[in-house]
Amino acid sequence: MAEAVLAVFRGTREGGTPVDYRVPIAPGMVVLDALHYIQGHLAPDLAVRWNCKAGRCGSCSAEVNGRPRLTCKTRLDSLPTDKTITVAPMKTFPLIKDLVTDVSWNYQVNKKIPAFSPRPGTDWKMSQADVDRAQEFRKCIECFLCQDVCHVLRDHQKQEHYAGPRFFVRVAGLEMHPLDNLSRIKSIKDQMGIGFCNITKCCTEVCPESIHITDNAIIPLKERVVDQFYDPLVWIARKFRRSGGT
Amino acid sequence: MAESPTVQLSDRFGATQRRDFWWLQPLAVAIGLGLFAIYATLRAFQGHFYEWGPYLSPFYSPLIDPEHHWWPLSPAVLVLGGPLGFRTTCYYYRKAYYRAFFLDPAACAVGEARHNYGGETKFPLILQNVHRYFFYLSFVFLISLWYDAVRGFIWSGHFGAGVGSFILLINVALLTTYTLSCHSCRHMVGGNVDCYSCAKFGGARLSLWRRVTSLNEHHMLIAWTSLFFVAFTDLYVMLTAMGTIRDLRLF
Ligand code: SF4
Ligand code: SF4
Ligand code: FES
Ligand code: FES
Repeated sequence: MAEAVLAVFRGTREGGTPVDYRVPIAPGMVVLDALHYIQGHLAPDLAVRWNCKAGRCGSCSAEVNGRPRLTCKTRLDSLPTDKTITVAPMKTFPLIKDLVTDVSWNYQVNKKIPAFSPRPGTDWKMSQADVDRAQEFRKCIECFLCQDVCHVLRDHQKQEHYAGPRFFVRVAGLEMHPLDNLSRIKSIKDQMGIGFCNITKCCTEVCPESIHITDNAIIPLKERVVDQFYDPLVWIARKFRRSGGT
Repeated sequence: MAESPTVQLSDRFGATQRRDFWWLQPLAVAIGLGLFAIYATLRAFQGHFYEWGPYLSPFYSPLIDPEHHWWPLSPAVLVLGGPLGFRTTCYYYRKAYYRAFFLDPAACAVGEARHNYGGETKFPLILQNVHRYFFYLSFVFLISLWYDAVRGFIWSGHFGAGVGSFILLINVALLTTYTLSCHSCRHMVGGNVDCYSCAKFGGARLSLWRRVTSLNEHHMLIAWTSLFFVAFTDLYVMLTAMGTIRDLRLF
């Protein structure tokens, strides 16, 4: 039977190293199957986080051959099995053990986003055309692969100042929602730090849900920030409107 | 996180476990943009061979003070800033040169060279936010280029066409498509609306937004095609003006 060699990172915060495992290749096998084989036959103490094995829960994120991927959606036959396949934990998050990282920072960021706030007395009917854009953003499975690959977090460690692509997706869904009555634009600029994004699109490249993170969430939000903070014409128009109205 | 131990990968430039040719794309972009920049600079400063028959090179449009009454340098230098600013602040080109020249990042999940990153939060890159003003300005150039394209079909007062007439026409069509596929345009025509069924002219704005969106999805492709073609158009006019090639008169 054909075999694949997987170099799986083994270790903790204190340090670690990739360890090679030989896995028999079965038809339709994904990287997560191979990790389960290793757990079942070769290294029962291998730490792997997973839940659905169907690309829905977003738990099994890791870096396969250096690319942030869902291990349950990465088929072995899509990789060159004549060479060793590397499987490493997400680089951006603190390691717990082996392939399991601590992604709790994301939940802290999420809590700071003001929730959906409808107008008082909202009529809860919406037309499909009005929610089309926001629906794309609802596909997010919170795998945090975009957060992992984003160089602002990964290489520049701006976690204190920058929310990351996943949360621009969320906040874009709120800002573009036809029934939401709150503006989060100031916090998108100041607290979420959208200016740190240099639209280099790595988040879009890795998103397993094919959300157009940069084009449909981040750039439209950047334009809204420009409306409010950097466009003198819009600024003057707003001043006039306000002084005319009072 | 700051205390995050990145045990498996170092932070030096180029550090990655990627096995593919990740450096190929930034290299190709650097070569493409670099060659264009060199060609455009040489041609813009040359100040000769920019007109032949009814054709005018797009680098020189609108043509201002070609007789050098008050402007001593090449007339292209006067108008260079508009298209240059539009492309430099374009969301696509920003991605392209941040990756290819700033290596910020050179490719996804590849270690970076620079460690004092401010993104677009500080001077000078915060100025990228003026992009929409270059978008407005680009219409001045488009009007001028459409005028030139129409003029390219008029030979001593009569309607006619050479190969160059069509080249000028394709060029301005591509540049118009590039402008209309702009992200700022997409925002302005309807991206800034939250509720199309409640906004004034909501239906019209939604359909406009959808149209611009369908162009915007190909913004990168249109950006490269129009960039290549504008250089090609200039080259064509230059070579005909120099007499190196002969423009084929079609009718
Ligand atoms: S486009 Fe912005 S958010 Fe996405 S990976 Fe690049 S810098 Fe990060
Ligand atoms: S936006 Fe895409 S990549 Fe980011 S967390 Fe959601 S599903 Fe994952
Ligand atoms: S295990 Fe649920 S997404 Fe992979
Ligand atoms: S985004 Fe490319 S021209 Fe505006």
